[in-house]
Amino acid sequence: MDHNRDPTPGIQGHFHLPRSNGDQQGAFTLDAKLDLPGTGVTGIFGPSGSGKTTLLRCIAGLQSCKNASLSVNGETWQCSSKRVFIPVHRRPLGFVFQQPSLFAHLSAGKNLEFARKRAGEAVSDSDFQKIIELMGIGDLLSRGPESLSGGEQQRVAIARALLIKPRLLLMDEPLASLDQMRKREILPYLEKMHRAFDIPILYVSHSVDEIARLADYLLLMEEGKVIGEGKAAALLSREDFPAQLGDDLGVLLEAKIAERDDQWKLLRAGFEGGALWLRDGGEPIGESIRLRVLARDISLTRSEDTASSILNRLPVRVQEISPDRDPAMVLVRLKPLSDEGNENTSGSTRLIARITRRSLHQLSLVAGSELWAQIKSVAIVR
Amino acid sequence: MLSDTDLGAIWLTLRLATTVTLLLLVLGTPLALWLARTRSIFKGPVSALVALPLVLPPTVLGFYLLIFMGPSGPMGKFTEALGLGTLPFTFWGLVVASLLYSLPFVVQPIQNAIEAQGPRPGEVAATLRSGPWDSFWHVTLPLAKPGLLTAAVLGFAHTVGEFGVVLMIGGNIPGETRVVSVQIYDHVEALEYTQAHWLSAAMIVFSFAVLLLLYLLQQRKSAVGLRYGS
Repeated sequence: MDHNRDPTPGIQGHFHLPRSNGDQQGAFTLDAKLDLPGTGVTGIFGPSGSGKTTLLRCIAGLQSCKNASLSVNGETWQCSSKRVFIPVHRRPLGFVFQQPSLFAHLSAGKNLEFARKRAGEAVSDSDFQKIIELMGIGDLLSRGPESLSGGEQQRVAIARALLIKPRLLLMDEPLASLDQMRKREILPYLEKMHRAFDIPILYVSHSVDEIARLADYLLLMEEGKVIGEGKAAALLSREDFPAQLGDDLGVLLEAKIAERDDQWKLLRAGFEGGALWLRDGGEPIGESIRLRVLARDISLTRSEDTASSILNRLPVRVQEISPDRDPAMVLVRLKPLSDEGNENTSGSTRLIARITRRSLHQLSLVAGSELWAQIKSVAIVR
Repeated sequence: MLSDTDLGAIWLTLRLATTVTLLLLVLGTPLALWLARTRSIFKGPVSALVALPLVLPPTVLGFYLLIFMGPSGPMGKFTEALGLGTLPFTFWGLVVASLLYSLPFVVQPIQNAIEAQGPRPGEVAATLRSGPWDSFWHVTLPLAKPGLLTAAVLGFAHTVGEFGVVLMIGGNIPGETRVVSVQIYDHVEALEYTQAHWLSAAMIVFSFAVLLLLYLLQQRKSAVGLRYGS
């Protein structure tokens, strides 16, 4: 194998694909410039129809794009000005489609063999076993795709993409066609894969949950354009994070497990500006975790409501009130009182609550009001 | 029972149908693939040409083939220049005529089977480093197997059943162009109803058996039965 690569690692390129009316995906002009890290998971995030999938298909070479350039960790895959276009089947990539796409005429095992035979470099038996174990599909190999559940099919498809020994793994909403149960079933496999293989992954999704759990770096798209990019944790907590998130709007908190309450099976996770109680999922004390608190899961009270079933109550101060896309709702940005000494705004913790305009009026909230924030649920995303 | 001439006609018919089916699978598959994948403006005209034998009276096709392959037709001149003589009233003349006559019955099921796959299997194969040729042999064709099977059976059965074209282009030469359908016609003309019965009954049993086999095979393979033209 040729390992003398260009000294510029990462994924650089641009794609300009004019809208075409004949194309069902062509409601927008794709105009994206990329400069992404060449390692870890990069989430490509945006609402449906924002061009995420089209961008991924362009990167794979599945969608032809006349005005484009792309280099992946120093290798040029495409450059329209130099008339370079490496066809899909010569690009060292793996692709996981949204719909499980096993070959119907081959058993699960034969699907894997199909990839193994064509892999860029020999796949040793131990590698083969490792991938099968990682995806938990050892018992499925003799079965035909039609007898597998959607989640099982997708796990086989992911294993198949890994067996090709890709130098870039592209995943197009691999969980979108699955129900909530199956998503929960697959996410841990994706996280394991992320840790077990040192392959850069581009992960398209419109689910903040998946992105928050998996992505290290984030690319935001809207109407065919890149509207923001950066480290996932920073970007996901930014208050100007796209408001189209609606119900999914929230903040990410970097926290550490501080205490275990064995009697009530709870964990206390401390973060800058407070602590939250969580259900005990077995995380060891001292482990760093990423928490997500959704704006819709925060309610506000004037005084502390100790007679409530809600476990997590934080004293906060209103910092800013801004309109929501929904005219009945407003977004209230809050800062925990215990964090007020911390003037370093970049590191300070903020919460966002999404409440009705009527509640805002009834509580007569203004910037500076002191309140209690009741947090109904907290999700550990990593 | 069946006479020697009857058996000769049966043998000739099977030979003709087998030859035509094999040739049509080889020639029809690339054509079906092209029709299924192309966005060319010629797709419409070519599809119409392929389907033409479905609607034309066989005598029309036979008539023009007779002229085309006859001594003064372009193909006749060509085959004579090659020293092959002219094709009408020969076995190979029948083969050529049957190729055209049965073409839609082979091309359309294969085309449907490939179109039904959609672009996805090809895209998946490409992302698994499978080039176009590899992908055709190991993905497109195996996935189109039910369509190929349907095409083969329909092509075979349709060639066995043809009459008008044979009469126009082949005439009635024992061992050369006298196929079963023509033989039955001869028996009836000669009022040999017993002979006609035997041969006709044999045709019915044979056709039924072939179709039954096809349905059983397809049912085992998948829940999808034989669907021609859907």
